[in-house]
Amino acid sequence: MVVRALADEGVEYIYGYPGGALLHVYDAIFRQDKITHVLVRHEQAAAHMADGYARASGKPGVALVTSGPGATNTITGIATAYMDSIPMVVLSGQVPSDFIGTDMFQETDMVGISRPIVKHSFLVKRAEDIPEVLRKAFYIAQTGRPGPVVVDLPKDITDINKKFPYEYPNKVKIRSYNPPVKGHSGQIRKAVDLLLKARRPIIYAGGGVIMGQGSEALTELAHLSGAPVTNTLMGLGSFPGTDKQFVGMLGMHGSYTANLAMHHSDLVLAIGARFDDRVTNSTSKFCPTAKIVHVDIDPASIAKTVPVDIPIVGPVDSVLKEMITSVKQAGDIQDQTAMESWWKQINEWRSGRGGGLFPYDPGDGVIIKPQQVIQTLYEVTKNDDAYITTDVGQHQMFTAQYYPFDKPNRWISSGGLGTMGFGFPAAMGVKMNYPDATVACVTGEGSIQMNIQELSTCKQYDLGVKLINVNNRALGMVRQWQDMQYDSRYSHSYMESLPDFKKLVESYGHVGMSVTELKDLRPAMEEAFALKDRLVFLDVSVDSSEHVYPMQIKDGAMRDMWLSKTERT
Amino acid sequence: MRRIISVLVENEPGALSRIVGLFAQRNYNIESLTVAPTEDKTLSRLTVVTDGKPETIEQITKQLNKLIDVVKLVDLTEGTHVERELMLIKVKAGGAMRAEVKRCADIFRGQIVDVTHNVYTIQLAGTGEKLDAFIGAIGEAAILEVARSGVTGIARGEKVLSL
Repeated sequence: MVVRALADEGVEYIYGYPGGALLHVYDAIFRQDKITHVLVRHEQAAAHMADGYARASGKPGVALVTSGPGATNTITGIATAYMDSIPMVVLSGQVPSDFIGTDMFQETDMVGISRPIVKHSFLVKRAEDIPEVLRKAFYIAQTGRPGPVVVDLPKDITDINKKFPYEYPNKVKIRSYNPPVKGHSGQIRKAVDLLLKARRPIIYAGGGVIMGQGSEALTELAHLSGAPVTNTLMGLGSFPGTDKQFVGMLGMHGSYTANLAMHHSDLVLAIGARFDDRVTNSTSKFCPTAKIVHVDIDPASIAKTVPVDIPIVGPVDSVLKEMITSVKQAGDIQDQTAMESWWKQINEWRSGRGGGLFPYDPGDGVIIKPQQVIQTLYEVTKNDDAYITTDVGQHQMFTAQYYPFDKPNRWISSGGLGTMGFGFPAAMGVKMNYPDATVACVTGEGSIQMNIQELSTCKQYDLGVKLINVNNRALGMVRQWQDMQYDSRYSHSYMESLPDFKKLVESYGHVGMSVTELKDLRPAMEEAFALKDRLVFLDVSVDSSEHVYPMQIKDGAMRDMWLSKTERT
Repeated sequence: MRRIISVLVENEPGALSRIVGLFAQRNYNIESLTVAPTEDKTLSRLTVVTDGKPETIEQITKQLNKLIDVVKLVDLTEGTHVERELMLIKVKAGGAMRAEVKRCADIFRGQIVDVTHNVYTIQLAGTGEKLDAFIGAIGEAAILEVARSGVTGIARGEKVLSL
């Protein structure tokens, strides 16, 4: 019944791990061929695979896990999806209904444990409810502000010997759940008026633009209004990274140009972004001269951390399209002289300090800088329309800074929760669904060890993802903070017992490569990507003393940044 | 600022835990909480008294509204409203105190609902302040047990919280 409902929902792949409470379901999977089940090596990876697929496709990913430890192992994955508003459905097995609450073997209150990190959850009480509950779960997961939904399935509910009429509902109606379908037109007109009359406008676009499929409209609006565009970490790719109006990511490790432009702007048009602490720095000093327009589908995101002048609740795509129409009707009311001098100022910021959005010291030409790894990765893959996932830490920030994404859904990274171990399974989820695509995971020697067991899954399913290990032999971001705030007392931020990654991946039947000198980097990278169908693990030894800059100074404004180990604004 | 928020929720298992969990998870205060089914069997009405800055209250109502089980809510303190709490209180009422306790209950329009030689059980309804005042008037030394229901409320006039 569960499997049939999933097939009716249009699900092709599910990622999971069997166990006692789910044996009925696994038996049903065995006896059909509409849905392909992917056996992971740890349930956390199943959740991340579903999540990675969802980020690449915009459709909900599905994980299937057994009760107890199977369910709890997905918690990190669910929380990751929740923080980044990713549509996902997690089906967990449960002990039989009559035994719930008796501390039975492998029992855990999954609905209770996952409650704070799900958009909604269901405990199925009757077998005949399965189709409707699943339909509702998918509907809730992917509408409004998307998010993960848990469906807990007691074993007796999935008993295949129980027969009852099956009908998969075409439509569901939930009286207490009506996500907005359109923004307020009066507010939209006011926002456009402010945008066009602004002398120093900036568009600040987040992950909501990607999930809300508003990238095209955003790009058109930006080009029409001529305003500079900055992206949050989650928003990268929602506006072309190589466009001349793009000023780079903003925030804690955002570009000098983007952070200064935000600080000095007189109008911030925030779209599908949530004024997260990693963006705003001190909220009391945030953009002191700017009026703020905030477009978001979730009313609770508006005015949560920063007061807003014009709130617009609605789906970003529809709101942006209405704004475009309104801009076209407004005629020529923009002050061109003001815009020219704004761009002159922005270009001065951009070309100062050695040029480019993120200048850095390239070193002696032998030792590899982590920034060079990302730049080389971009050079090698830029014509491949590649999907790039990351883990969490310095390598994640370097990728966000040095890999320009021209399309949405190509950049896949755990922003809100910051989950180490996310990148590799996320890349697998993408590769499973887009077997011909180039899929690379930028990782570090810390993060990769958090889900390295999935090398085995990749062998079983021939998942030819590329792993670029930015190996600095330290938990780089932790160490950077220890350098900056704890007098370089490296408490537990380095690893003394790293495996030989090359041999390790070879033992799983994959290709391992390692480079230590800059001259070998590009050829190795090219060779790795030339091996189309193979998983290649490229272990790159990089300068371990490198820091990520700029870095906003705590409790300061957007413009207060360290620009290198010695310079600050 | 003290606020009374009335919420209509789906009468589903787990709905209450989502609401209580939300308050804990986001560090919001709960001063009191009452919940019971309404005339529509599919709905429960929950009244929560909370305290916080205006921005916090705005977030509380928005976050509550985001819960799938929440059908509708109203901040009663935004308009005029009637607020009531029920208290059952056991008071020492032996000897000379017996008449005094009875008088006090009458003044507060309480009713004695159970009697023994030494104890009166008094039922009293009113605002939280009134109940506090009664407790003050009786004096702690005489009080044996207090059971309060928590606040419930309804808007004045023709405004109605329903589907």
